[in-house]
Amino acid sequence: MNIDDLEKEKNEGVETLPSEERRKFLKMGLAVTGVFLGGSALTLTSVQQAQGNRFGDSVVPADGQYPYPKHYSMLMRQNLCIDCEKCVDACRETNHVPEGHGAWRTSIQERETTVNNITTLEFRPVLCNHCNRPPCVRVCPTKATYKDPKTGIVVMNYKKCIGCKTCMAACPYNARYFNHHKYAIDKCNFCIDTRLAEGHKDTACVAACPADVRVFGDLKDTSSRIYNLLHEPENKIWVLRPETGALPNVFYMKA
Amino acid sequence: MANKALSEITGLLNQTQDTRLATPTVNLISVLLLITVVLGLSCGVASFIFGHEAIYNNTREVPWGMLIATYAFWAITSTGLCIYAAISHLFGGTRMGIVSNRMVWMSIVCIIGAFATIGVEIASPHRMIIYNVLSPNPTSNIWWMGTLYGLAVGCMIVEFFGILTGMARIAVILGTAGAIAEVLANSCLGGVFATLPGRPYWYGGQLPIYFLTAAFLSGAAATIFFNWLAYKIRRQEMSEAVHNGLKSAGKAMTLVLVLYTVATFWRLIMYFVGGEELGRIAAAALINGPLSLNFWGLEIGIGLILPLLLIILSRMNNMGMLALAGLLILVGQFVARYDLVVAGLLVPTNLGWDNVPTYLAYVPSKYEFGVIIGSISLVFFGFLMGERVFGTVFDQKEHH
Repeated sequence: MNIDDLEKEKNEGVETLPSEERRKFLKMGLAVTGVFLGGSALTLTSVQQAQGNRFGDSVVPADGQYPYPKHYSMLMRQNLCIDCEKCVDACRETNHVPEGHGAWRTSIQERETTVNNITTLEFRPVLCNHCNRPPCVRVCPTKATYKDPKTGIVVMNYKKCIGCKTCMAACPYNARYFNHHKYAIDKCNFCIDTRLAEGHKDTACVAACPADVRVFGDLKDTSSRIYNLLHEPENKIWVLRPETGALPNVFYMKA
Repeated sequence: MANKALSEITGLLNQTQDTRLATPTVNLISVLLLITVVLGLSCGVASFIFGHEAIYNNTREVPWGMLIATYAFWAITSTGLCIYAAISHLFGGTRMGIVSNRMVWMSIVCIIGAFATIGVEIASPHRMIIYNVLSPNPTSNIWWMGTLYGLAVGCMIVEFFGILTGMARIAVILGTAGAIAEVLANSCLGGVFATLPGRPYWYGGQLPIYFLTAAFLSGAAATIFFNWLAYKIRRQEMSEAVHNGLKSAGKAMTLVLVLYTVATFWRLIMYFVGGEELGRIAAAALINGPLSLNFWGLEIGIGLILPLLLIILSRMNNMGMLALAGLLILVGQFVARYDLVVAGLLVPTNLGWDNVPTYLAYVPSKYEFGVIIGSISLVFFGFLMGERVFGTVFDQKEHH
């Protein structure tokens, strides 16, 4: 068809369009906007903005993307850990973690690797990662576990816990346990109800660590040690199991 | 007033009961089953006295085990029975309509078996009753699943009352509502596992459909088995209409058996073409790991291949053979639920550290076995009570 000829044609206007066509057009518009609206309304997480440099290679949340008034995190300077387990003991004492039945809030994992006949022993402290997209919080039927709106810490409301253990199955980090004394699921809460409530600026495990492995602080405070270590360009930062999309707030680096 | 209601109920039950089953043998079996129910479920009740952590072999790393698998098995079977019954009631015309009343009853019985199991698995069910209502979490699959199964059983009980009293309209409406709730609940049950990215063996969109397929399979198998058993205990021949109804169920069972096998095949293949290592190792637990005997022997051999052979040999005509196929499918489905739950948790998340084994050890405790025996007995007791008390209602002459 020739464009020049088409231009000479008289515009038919929309008046002559059959109402069926108009309806079709309107329906298409509704469908398109509906899909977009539905997509955003059905998103299951409330902390979308805290996604960090999701499409880059950094696991550290981008500046200004912390949804909580205080955004508590922990950084492990992993190679400094000597496996003295003072953190484990201090945590157990401070937070009354019972003995037995796999109860612990923080632990130290170890690994021995041999390359070229040289054996290396590594230690890795682990605890709840206080994720920005916490699988445990999403799955809890009674909101017994939730993100504390002031600190972003994943906390427990024991009296609401039905003991279905779905949060234990959901946690990518094995950070949860059944507290047989409380008869509820329990976990690390960055000492929110113990040391932080008493006015301390750090957790029991941080205070007990003789090797200064653990750095705890508020990521929103740009003068904090953790903020600066995480944003130092030379520091290679990683998290555990990033593939799960949980967006953890416990970071690892080599000092 | 109360006396009048009582006499009406007695009058109704006089009409619905099947006196042919008022025999010493049936009574004896009923009492024995009831004793097993009490003993079995006492094992579960013991968890509230001695502590769940003390008597079940679940651990921090393997928080779920055979009890969750059993719950899933009964819940899935209940969904299947409910769907077939609702389709028959709603659309009529299907040959399975002739046995649909019994299917509704068995669907209720199976979901009660599921609730009994999960009731002793959950550490604090009393908190569940309170906070499921006061503090609901709409993003939680567990919340939706529990709520919808609760809704479904409510609908089905009213539906069954409608069936007993001849209020067909109520029965159809509530039956449909119940079936919709059951399908959604089943989907949420799949979602409980499917939406956990930390467990790559479960994670993915296939699982909810897989669970629904399993519901159609278990539902058809249970329909055939329990109807065959209902005629067997009466030492009575099936009418041609019932025979044809069960043939229809047999066709549905065969079709879904093929679909389920295809789904199982692709589900496992996917882990070996890439993706996360934890998922692949979990799948290998079934292929040549600690769950391989369960998988190849019970899930595939007893639960899929042997039933298919029996179906072919029966030519859909030998009801005994078809019922055996149904029973074997139910056994296979039970093991399949166990394998699914356990394989998802068996691979430690800290693999490569702490010298952890590739597969954690989980063997159900004798208490867990006790609960399972209790829940199976409960379903058979429910079946027998249904036949005894409502037998004439199950003996449908024609589809209403």
